[in-house]
Amino acid sequence: MVNIFSQTKAAAINSLKSSQPLGAALAFLGIDGAIPMIHGSQGCASFGLVLLGRHFSETIPLHTTAMDEIVTVLGGADRLEEAILTLKTRVKPRVIGICTSALVETRDDDIAGELLKMKGGRVAELSGTEVVLASSPDFAGAMEEGWSTAVAAVIEEITLPGEHPRDATKIAVLPGSNLTVADLEHLRETIERFGLNPIILPDLSKSLGGIIPEQWVATTYGGTKVDEIRHLGSAIRCIAIGEQMRRPAEALKRITGVPYVLFGSLTGLKNADRFISLLAEISSEEAPLSIRRRRMQLQDAMLDGHFHLTGKRIAIGSDPDRLVQFIDFFTGMGAEVAVAVSTTGMSRALQSVSLDTIHTGDLWNLEHLAAGTDLLVTHSHGRQAADRLNIPLMRVGFPVFDRLGNQHKLTILYQGTRDLIYEAANIIQASQHRPSPGRTDSPLNMEV
Amino acid sequence: MLSINSTPQGSVREPLCKIIRGNGAKKPFNLRAAAGCAFDGAKVVLQPISDVAHLIHAPLACEGNSWDNRGAASSGPGLWRTSFTTDLTELEILMGHSERKLVDAICEIKKDHAPAAIFVYATCVPAMIGDDIVAICRSATAEFAIPVVPVNAPGFLGAKKLGNRLAGQALFDHVIGTVEPEDCGPNDINILGEFNISGEFWLVKPLLDTLGIRVRACIPGDARYLQVASAHRARATMVVCSSALVNLAQKMEERWDIPFFEGSFYGISGTSNALRRIAGLLIKNGADSELLDRAEALISVEENRAWKRLEIFRAGLKGKRVLLNTGGVKSWSLVHALLEIGMEIVATSVKKSTDDDRGRIKQVLKEECHLHDSIAPSRLYSTLTGGKADIMLSGGRTQFIALKAKVPWLDINQERRHAYAGYEGMVQLVRQTYLAIHNPIWTELREPAPWERHRDANIRKHGEREPYRIPLQFGH
Repeated sequence: MVNIFSQTKAAAINSLKSSQPLGAALAFLGIDGAIPMIHGSQGCASFGLVLLGRHFSETIPLHTTAMDEIVTVLGGADRLEEAILTLKTRVKPRVIGICTSALVETRDDDIAGELLKMKGGRVAELSGTEVVLASSPDFAGAMEEGWSTAVAAVIEEITLPGEHPRDATKIAVLPGSNLTVADLEHLRETIERFGLNPIILPDLSKSLGGIIPEQWVATTYGGTKVDEIRHLGSAIRCIAIGEQMRRPAEALKRITGVPYVLFGSLTGLKNADRFISLLAEISSEEAPLSIRRRRMQLQDAMLDGHFHLTGKRIAIGSDPDRLVQFIDFFTGMGAEVAVAVSTTGMSRALQSVSLDTIHTGDLWNLEHLAAGTDLLVTHSHGRQAADRLNIPLMRVGFPVFDRLGNQHKLTILYQGTRDLIYEAANIIQASQHRPSPGRTDSPLNMEV
Repeated sequence: MLSINSTPQGSVREPLCKIIRGNGAKKPFNLRAAAGCAFDGAKVVLQPISDVAHLIHAPLACEGNSWDNRGAASSGPGLWRTSFTTDLTELEILMGHSERKLVDAICEIKKDHAPAAIFVYATCVPAMIGDDIVAICRSATAEFAIPVVPVNAPGFLGAKKLGNRLAGQALFDHVIGTVEPEDCGPNDINILGEFNISGEFWLVKPLLDTLGIRVRACIPGDARYLQVASAHRARATMVVCSSALVNLAQKMEERWDIPFFEGSFYGISGTSNALRRIAGLLIKNGADSELLDRAEALISVEENRAWKRLEIFRAGLKGKRVLLNTGGVKSWSLVHALLEIGMEIVATSVKKSTDDDRGRIKQVLKEECHLHDSIAPSRLYSTLTGGKADIMLSGGRTQFIALKAKVPWLDINQERRHAYAGYEGMVQLVRQTYLAIHNPIWTELREPAPWERHRDANIRKHGEREPYRIPLQFGH
């Protein structure tokens, strides 16, 4: 049983988490022809826009209701309606994703009610555009919660309810926010190898995956199509990746009866085996040769890489699902996860790990706990801590703004685990000190 | 609720009028997320003061999404890059515990980080629920024996520009003039609105050092709290980013009789003029008149050297067309810099510029150049793909519009990697512009893919007219 310690200080220092509205907006960015709109003041959206842009190196079609002082006092319902209608006429998006900020949630506006009223009154004007509300105040939760809320809201709003004739080759895939663009592409290709047809929701690989459009597009360039979301109910199975996706998967099951399988993580040999077995079972096909070759490569990487990782002390800071993914990965390679700091403590995912202690907190907590470890694993903001502690940093998570190609790094299944082993081992190799008379690594000084 | 009346009236009367009028008249509001809020503007201006702890009283997003994201450089303390926020949770907001948490946070920061001062920033949520940060800061200053400065610029008050001014007001009301320096001299100046992005002020400071001019306070770039607190004893002020802190300069002139001028360290003649005017103002205020002669001598040496170094780029840049998409100071000071080397400006945005800025830009530009309040992304994209510009200079928010249009782009905003100020900086800017335009990737990028080449040949052969587009959707 893992003990979860929450931080006790009043000031959060060097934030580890990113805000809920950002997670919700990001989920909407994985839908084709969508525009996420943060319902709040100008800054609520512009900070997020800059951060998303720096992480993905892409244009981000994020919008805002730009609440000012007077709208804040009088209530934002009219402003929201005006913003939706303006967007609808100007850009004609297929989906407008409203993400609420702390500003409107503190006012306790009945946004869901107002939206319902508005949609009822403007059926013709809004035809062809789905308006989805994700309640995502940044005074609660973090990125995963926002992402999960938005995906669940999309399913509840758009997917046709009721039991449908099942398509034996159609798989609904609900990936957590911790998967990269490369992960999503790899996931799709792997599922297709079994003759199956995956519908990934949301699919950032089609919108933020390095696309150069031939004309100006004011919405997302691509992503899961509204039509695909509408007909998710005919899938034979739903695969949810990450505990954060339980809620959307439950929503899909409740609405359409599609059963789901939940994977806490797809990283590591065992998890990958389980995933491939599932695909083999659903498709009644044997795993193709290329996948078997990847499995062998992973075994080989484990053989070659374990020398560098075994006994190493790792400090990880991340959102719960990614935290679990990397704790399992490192402990699976014989390393010791000496410090684990989670952004929030509520996720059931945290209960599944084989550690005694997980802290919830910020990068300051991580920095203080991580002294003396061999590798820091967190997002780019960990760079200050890594410098001060003189420990190498493996950049993982959101945001990564000081390294290129982050979205094209694979972290799942046989191939992704193989790549992760090499990356971690190489970072550790690169920072090793040459032996000198004063500093040989004597086992006498070490705890087992 | 923070009312309009509780904000410092002197500095913000005009923009607030605009806000109110704008609402009454149903002025269309900007849905695009590119523009920041007042809090953003205030933080941008104050954060580079490097030995201060900047504490953001807010739920997570205000600080969590925006910390350590600017390229200002510090020659000493790194405290300003440490992010502090009260990270208010639902329960704390509901139960009214946010003020208590703020006081606790101030106490912790004072104890654990020993800052020179703590700046407390109000944001929308605490302002709405009525947290009185001014009173808290006042009592904390007394209780913890450290300056605790309220910065009252919640985001909903208005745009970034307003926040810039409110930041200046906070310095004027609570910081400047609170410490008497012991080492006043006749050659002391302040520089306001210089952010020391990529350390670019360090390209200018040696010039001032050579002339024996001491920078009492450079606000905010690489500033220390004590320098700001004793800035009222300078003999002259230069305002660099005109719309950001010009109100502060005006107030300092009124209260402490420090004359100021607006100038720029961008461009060769810009830098020379700035040096001349600094010397001029100091002489008027009691400095030795030979200062100007020494300044002229230095200018002549530096200008000669810079022009010589620029010569190799001239042929490659002459007649190249620049689309400048940035606000405020950079618009007009960079325009001048680029014209000096023979480039043409095809369009420029003047959104954050003051009326004076606009006048200045109009003077130096050709008639056919377009001044835009702000250029819509679609318009920007079509201008660029239409081959109407050879390069776009802008900030990160519009970076990918140029890149996706396969047009060279150079960052001239807060995240830029190079220092562009002074004579050295001008050479760097021109060099980077040259490198961007003449990079070999552009011709390669614009070549069609092999299968498209094949298709083009087919079209020519069969006379098809249907234009082919790569579908935007990949996969399925």
